[in-house]
Amino acid sequence: MAVSEESQHLKRENIRSLSMCGHVGFESLPDQLVNRSIQQGFCFNILCVGETGIGKSTLINTLFNTNFEEHEASHFCPNVRLRAQTYELQESNVRLKLTIVNTVGFGDQINKEESYQPIVDYIDAQFEAYLQEELKIKRSLFNYHDSRIHVCLYFIAPTGHSLKTLDLLTMKNLDSKVNIIPVIAKADTISSELQKFKIKLMSELVCNGVQIYQFPTDDDTIAKINAAMNEQLPFAVVGSMDEVKVGNKMVKARQYPWGIVQVENENHCDFVKLREMLICTNMEDLQEQTHIRHYELYRRCKLEEMGFTDVGPENKPVSVQETYEAKRHELHGERQRKEEEMKQMFVQRVKEKEAILKEAERELQAKFEHLKRVHQEERLKLEERRRALEEEMIHFSKRKSSCDIFLNQSFMASGSNIKKDKDRKNPNFM
Amino acid sequence: MEPLRRPLSPCSSRPSSPRSPPCETSVSVGIEAVLDQLKIKAMKMGFEFNIMVVGQSGLGKSTMVNTLFKSKVWKSSLPGLATPTPQTLQLHSVTHVIEEKGVKLKLTVTDTPGFGDQINNDKCWDPILGYINEQYERYLQEEILITRQRHIPDTRVHCCVYFVPPTGHCLRPLDIEFLQRLCRTVNVVPVIARADSLTIEEREAFRSRIQEDLRNHCIDVYPQKCFDEDINDRILNSKIRERIPFAVVGADREHLVNGRCVLGRKTKWGIVEVENMAHCEFPLLRDLLIRSHLQDLKDITHNVHYENYRVVRLNESHLLPRGPGWVNLAPASTQQLTTPAPLKVRRRVQEDPKDEF
Repeated sequence: MAVSEESQHLKRENIRSLSMCGHVGFESLPDQLVNRSIQQGFCFNILCVGETGIGKSTLINTLFNTNFEEHEASHFCPNVRLRAQTYELQESNVRLKLTIVNTVGFGDQINKEESYQPIVDYIDAQFEAYLQEELKIKRSLFNYHDSRIHVCLYFIAPTGHSLKTLDLLTMKNLDSKVNIIPVIAKADTISSELQKFKIKLMSELVCNGVQIYQFPTDDDTIAKINAAMNEQLPFAVVGSMDEVKVGNKMVKARQYPWGIVQVENENHCDFVKLREMLICTNMEDLQEQTHIRHYELYRRCKLEEMGFTDVGPENKPVSVQETYEAKRHELHGERQRKEEEMKQMFVQRVKEKEAILKEAERELQAKFEHLKRVHQEERLKLEERRRALEEEMIHFSKRKSSCDIFLNQSFMASGSNIKKDKDRKNPNFM
Repeated sequence: MEPLRRPLSPCSSRPSSPRSPPCETSVSVGIEAVLDQLKIKAMKMGFEFNIMVVGQSGLGKSTMVNTLFKSKVWKSSLPGLATPTPQTLQLHSVTHVIEEKGVKLKLTVTDTPGFGDQINNDKCWDPILGYINEQYERYLQEEILITRQRHIPDTRVHCCVYFVPPTGHCLRPLDIEFLQRLCRTVNVVPVIARADSLTIEEREAFRSRIQEDLRNHCIDVYPQKCFDEDINDRILNSKIRERIPFAVVGADREHLVNGRCVLGRKTKWGIVEVENMAHCEFPLLRDLLIRSHLQDLKDITHNVHYENYRVVRLNESHLLPRGPGWVNLAPASTQQLTTPAPLKVRRRVQEDPKDEF
């Protein structure tokens, strides 16, 4: 069925199928591709979401068989933080740059309303960084360290009942941004009720419309195994780096007084299935889905937010240039308007200030006039009094001079009398 | 009321660089399996390869393409009397899908009949450059759409094989002009066409003169020295660079030689075996183009030539007074882009400090 579709597609594009009469040699093309990828190295980013102490770090250690340095996280964080660490692993000739992002403090707060927001913000920030790099003029995408999250392992607590509300809320917010693989953590605490628990979980997820990652079933080589694994979701896992002797081998296991839970035993838990699905079979597909689906969705939303569209209002294709042009005009117009406004405000203020100053000037002038007048009046008054005084002085001096003359006359007339008087006076003295 | 958004985590949102050296996983985790996953995906999607052959008529371009892909890519390699030599340069593309051992290859071959055939060959490279830039433009327009296709169809020319006529002297002015302009835009592999008219000594002398000409005019043909990533690449590519341009002979008829059926040209004085290294260097060309460097050709086209084109296109309005970040993406006229800016050579990985002396 797929073949005839393809040949129809080729016919439409006017492409002939050609048969060769000899060995050309391009069957090495996949090998050339693989060689280049080996040279470049691979990159894989895992996000672990789950409550503190649910076993995220242990599981990652067990998955990659390496003790990544992590110390126990505290339960008292005020809000959820994300901590990312990158490790370089090498297996034969394949180099893998593995980034583990852990949520610290998830589910520890009393009010968990905002718990999922830092996670969503982190994922968006990675998409944004990639988008910025892609939109640059001089870009270097071929050696860009891809930090977008390829898979989110969601750790569900093994209560045996159902999903917690926090889990449902978080997964609903994350399912359109990242590939979610739910796992039941610490699965050694539920063993007999496991199947019922799984069914309950899946039905809850489906009822609430949460889209978890489905392993791809379109390629024949892996379709069967992927389909079988899809049935087994969520995987019930147990993590442990401790080795215990079972039989005559050392295996990774957890030792209890009542028995030993072997991590890599398929009867005990689904760890092997998780490892196989996550790493061996579908790593490439996870990366592809992240790029083709989640990243493209983010990019489309972001660009549409900024005002770009492919199709204009009359359903005619709009080029990016037109949108830019329109946006630029808009911003330019706005700027001009703002400039005008500011200019007018400035002019008005100046006018007001001028009026005030003029008013003050007038007042001062009035005061000055007033004072001058008062001063004048006073002076006049003083002048008058001086004149009056002078007149009096003249009058007085006239009277004095006339008096003197009179006295002289009378002295001449009775000069002796005065002498006698004088003598009479003198003996009194002696 | 909108709830307060918490600030991003205090550590940088890009993960920190690894502090420890790469750890070897002691027990196999299965990371190797990603190589198989890649292969499966590649086989399912198929490969694309676009090749362009440029040269004067009668140099054996069509025959060469037929010999390379061992099939009748062109319906007839000899121009019949009915089709006169074109008066102007035309570009003629055919696309085929060929399959070998499960690997599907979509091959597009572009021929340029009429190149260098006119009396005045000035600017005969313009239509070719225009075509190459048009393919880049098409890819760019697809890439900047809001809703992009899953897999953008790649019609960009990955390799241009230039046929040098076997004069035996040196490169002609037309060759030099063309190569200078083209090597900045696309990967160019020059070959000496119809090499059966030269003896081995003449061939070697011609080759060294051509190499000298290429050096003197700063023509950087594929494989470019500046893109060698490590010492292995350099050794491998130096061997190839010593033999560029390959002296090739094309043939699509089979003859019997010593009981074997080989492709060759039958002449009165012997049979020129195409795939015999002692006779001509066709196997080297085939190995370079198909068996070893096909992916590399595509990578350099995508990472270097296409990026250079994109930078030029996005910067085109730098002469106009625009603000920063202005991107003028109106479809360009071919006139503007036929003489591209000087090649900004970039390395894929960090430069090897030992290189610079």
